[in-house]
Amino acid sequence: MIKDAINGSARKVPAWLIYIVGILPAAWFLYEGLTGGSGADPIKALEHELGEFALKLLIVGLCITPLRKHLGVNLLKFRRAIGVMTFEYVLLHLLVWLVLDVQIVSQIWADIVKRPYITVGMVGFVLMIPLAVTSNNLSVRKLGVRWRKLHKLTYGIAFLGALHFVMVAKGIQLEPLLYMAVVLGLLALRIPKNSLQFSGRFTRESVDN
Amino acid sequence: MAYRWKNTLNDNDVTDHALFLNRRQIMGGAAGLGLAAAIGGPRAALAQEVLEPNSFEDITSYNNFYEFGTGKDDPAKNAGSLTTTPWTVTIDGLVDKPGEYDFGDIMAKMTVEERIYRFRCVEAWSMVVPWNGFELKDLLDLAGVQSSAKYVAFETLYRPEEMVGQKFPVLEWPYVEGLRLDEAMHPLTIMATGIYGKDIPNQNGAPMRLVVPWKYGFKSIKSVVKITLTDKEPPTSWNIANAREYGFFSNVNPKVDHKRWSQATERKIGGGLFAKRIPTLMLNGYEEEVASLYEGMDMSVNF
Repeated sequence: MIKDAINGSARKVPAWLIYIVGILPAAWFLYEGLTGGSGADPIKALEHELGEFALKLLIVGLCITPLRKHLGVNLLKFRRAIGVMTFEYVLLHLLVWLVLDVQIVSQIWADIVKRPYITVGMVGFVLMIPLAVTSNNLSVRKLGVRWRKLHKLTYGIAFLGALHFVMVAKGIQLEPLLYMAVVLGLLALRIPKNSLQFSGRFTRESVDN
Repeated sequence: MAYRWKNTLNDNDVTDHALFLNRRQIMGGAAGLGLAAAIGGPRAALAQEVLEPNSFEDITSYNNFYEFGTGKDDPAKNAGSLTTTPWTVTIDGLVDKPGEYDFGDIMAKMTVEERIYRFRCVEAWSMVVPWNGFELKDLLDLAGVQSSAKYVAFETLYRPEEMVGQKFPVLEWPYVEGLRLDEAMHPLTIMATGIYGKDIPNQNGAPMRLVVPWKYGFKSIKSVVKITLTDKEPPTSWNIANAREYGFFSNVNPKVDHKRWSQATERKIGGGLFAKRIPTLMLNGYEEEVASLYEGMDMSVNF
């Protein structure tokens, strides 16, 4: 069984390896930016690559529960590392935007309050902070049930991240819409079955009426 | 009737591109510098005139040409499939001699000159491009503009089998643009057919594209196949897609922000990872030449 093979090898791979491997793409993006490998506008390229990678990590993080629940593949031990890496990439993405792209302090604040796509991205980032801070065993133990509730914020964060990408695009572009579709699909898997039936019946009734 | 407008933009460091530069423009620029020095004019006042053209590599590898994909490097990757010979431009509407004009025939009648222009994208990045081209007025005169004409409408080629981006509705295809007739007849407005003295590459709008240097880049429609003189304001692609964000005029204006970002500053392409933002100039630095076109018009309403 593929499932057992994955579970078996996952047991052998230490979770800390994620932190080391995870930083390599960022290092590569930076190297490309410094050496001209990312084209004529390396600032935008770096900003975009970091943001998109963060979105990918968010999606990977959201896959872990459905993989276990529906396919029996258990990668739960990597979830915290993936979550922390996601935060790091969002932070780097934000830093590149602040320091290399916008540069002007007064404009940064104006952009955050005036530009909806930046507001959305910023809210997503702020919501990630408590999750990053509580990503340790002590917090899990101390917060107990509340920890699980708090970390459900991931759902909202993933949606805001995808929305941020959709909103920044000029015209109707395929790529951000694909990300949004994947995020919405993964969120839909979390909707309890009975509430789905309820909404189904509800819709049918509305149509009948 | 070429050379109605003299290029004041020159580059002190341009020696390696000198081959492509118009000698008279270099001499004119040098004379201007000397004159300013003689009357003791502050060096800073000339700062905006000393522009360094972007490299051919930058200009031809970083493009917005959604007909070939939305990534900046997509046009350079995908535009090779575009056939530009034969190429005809339909000129119709309120003209004396409507019809299909062969690109080669047009070129035989036009005087091609070099124009080093600032190019400001609506996305708040900019370049300096040494275009080769002819004044649009000369082409319009060829067809004979009737006195009832008030606007000029332009259309890009629609050929999805060669233009892969047209298979996806990022915008309504074909791409359309428009100018008021006085804007179109202005000597700064050119049809570009070359860059750095070479034929314009496909990704930059071969074989012939509009260049209106005081407007955001998307107004400068590429690979033009149709020009229609009309008495009504023509529809324009980005305005159709999002009228809140893109007006008909789309003049470069640091005081009128895009709905999603500031237009007060820009980043010149080619400065690497630590390039500083520079202030965006009113009408992209062509205020002296074109501000009179908009006298009495509220540019924040007619953006």
